[in-house]
Amino acid sequence: MTVTELLSYEAALASFDPVMGLEVHVELGTKTKMFCGCSTELGAEPNAQTCPTCLGLPGALPVVNEIGVESAIKIGLALHCEIAEWCRFARKNYFYPDMPKNFQTSQYDEPIAFNGYLDVQLEDGEVFRVEIERAHMEEDTGKSTHIGGATGRIHGASHSLLDYNRAGIPLIEIVTKPIEGAGERAPEVAKAYVAELRELIRALGVSEARMDKGQMRCDVNLSLRPHGTKTFGTRSETKNVNSLRSVERAARFEIQRHAAVLESGGTIVQETRHFHEDDGSTTSGRIKDNAEDYRYFPEPDLVPIAPARAWVEELRQGLPELPRVRRNRLREEWGVSEQEMQSILNAGAVDPIVATIEAGADAASARKWWMGELARNANEKGVSLEELPITPADVARVSTTSWPARSSRASSPARAPRTRSSRSAV
Amino acid sequence: MPGITREEVAHLARLARLELAEEELDHFAGQLDDIIGAVARVSEVAEQDVPPTSHPLPLTNVMRADEVRPSLTPAQALSGAPAQEQQRFKVPQILGED
Ligand SMILES: [Zn+2]
Repeated sequence: MTVTELLSYEAALASFDPVMGLEVHVELGTKTKMFCGCSTELGAEPNAQTCPTCLGLPGALPVVNEIGVESAIKIGLALHCEIAEWCRFARKNYFYPDMPKNFQTSQYDEPIAFNGYLDVQLEDGEVFRVEIERAHMEEDTGKSTHIGGATGRIHGASHSLLDYNRAGIPLIEIVTKPIEGAGERAPEVAKAYVAELRELIRALGVSEARMDKGQMRCDVNLSLRPHGTKTFGTRSETKNVNSLRSVERAARFEIQRHAAVLESGGTIVQETRHFHEDDGSTTSGRIKDNAEDYRYFPEPDLVPIAPARAWVEELRQGLPELPRVRRNRLREEWGVSEQEMQSILNAGAVDPIVATIEAGADAASARKWWMGELARNANEKGVSLEELPITPADVARVSTTSWPARSSRASSPARAPRTRSSRSAV
Repeated sequence: MPGITREEVAHLARLARLELAEEELDHFAGQLDDIIGAVARVSEVAEQDVPPTSHPLPLTNVMRADEVRPSLTPAQALSGAPAQEQQRFKVPQILGED
């Protein structure tokens, strides 16, 4: 093992500006795959959810899942994108056993959504606009298990085993434009962007976007350029960074690694890199094939998608309140500071508090319960607030019930003003 | 018509993970040249008023409802596999990765 040379973060930023590109894959929560009627349910036994279409058998024909397209449009609209009047799928050709067809059905130069943005809020309240290049539809690949290698990795393996249950599950790939001008905050922006996108996807109800379950995966592309220059440097692509914290760490590590290479007069190789969860480092993967090596061409087995404007407008009207807008509204309604709101967010207490208020409690006591006694309790047990055996309705009932005076610690949150008498919980 | 070079065949073979001998490179270069030449004749026939198309029928928006249909059984799915193990498709070691 060679140790990767790193420059200190401060020294790296003193000489260079980072430019980032983030590619996020979201697995949609549809019942069936993108191009066939196979179930997408997790936990099935190997190869129990496949058919001639997703196995790429000769003569099988794909048909597009309507909810897949609808979800893509919803995501595009929520990201303030334009929605294509007409677009096609394309074959991305590559020879790798995770795709039995020898191509992935994707979109190339005609994505369904393009030119948008997502405003993300950093922990201190600063808002940073991330421009969106495109959001396109594609399909997930099968799952490989490598046998015979020391650590289950490809290196040293004698053969691989393939389960195609996941092959064909709808994916939406969301690609940012180059993120410039974030400076030393680039890793924070990356994390905040992925966090905001995750909230957005959940609010839209198109996926649970659980990163720990692989339903949302992020690739971090990063390059450096000397201060005052315009041309982008050569980028590296760190693949499958699968937690918010890892997104931040991967960006930081690559900034330090690139800077060390460039400062010592070396050149950055355009390659994919693997992220290591244990120490936050990245290691060299394969040299990237060029886009032309994928020999994209329009998928002849599928007809174009031309979303009617009336349908797009209907979907636009049906969009839920977007997470950042909702958070700002709640912050004002609850009368809390930016900082307090951030800790409520970090504690995962927004939804429980909203539900408790809906069940009849006032904002102040709902907040005090969930951020006080219950947060401590959840923390001690190592569970989320939603996993506690108490519901928002219970909390509302407790906080609106008049108790005889008591002096125990647990009763303190209930000393909040009781503006309502007992009101039945919803 | 520019001919397909043996370097291009070697590059395509690498992308397709195929090992080709020296004499095969020349052999396939000639064959691919013939095939591309034959297909290119379509452009000679098509006039300016014939736009390129990816589908012969003027259809759009052919979609299906998101309803589960029966899948193959694992045994059926694996029935054509040259090798299998643990109810999975068994494939040779993947080279040139990681
Ligand atoms: Zn299928």
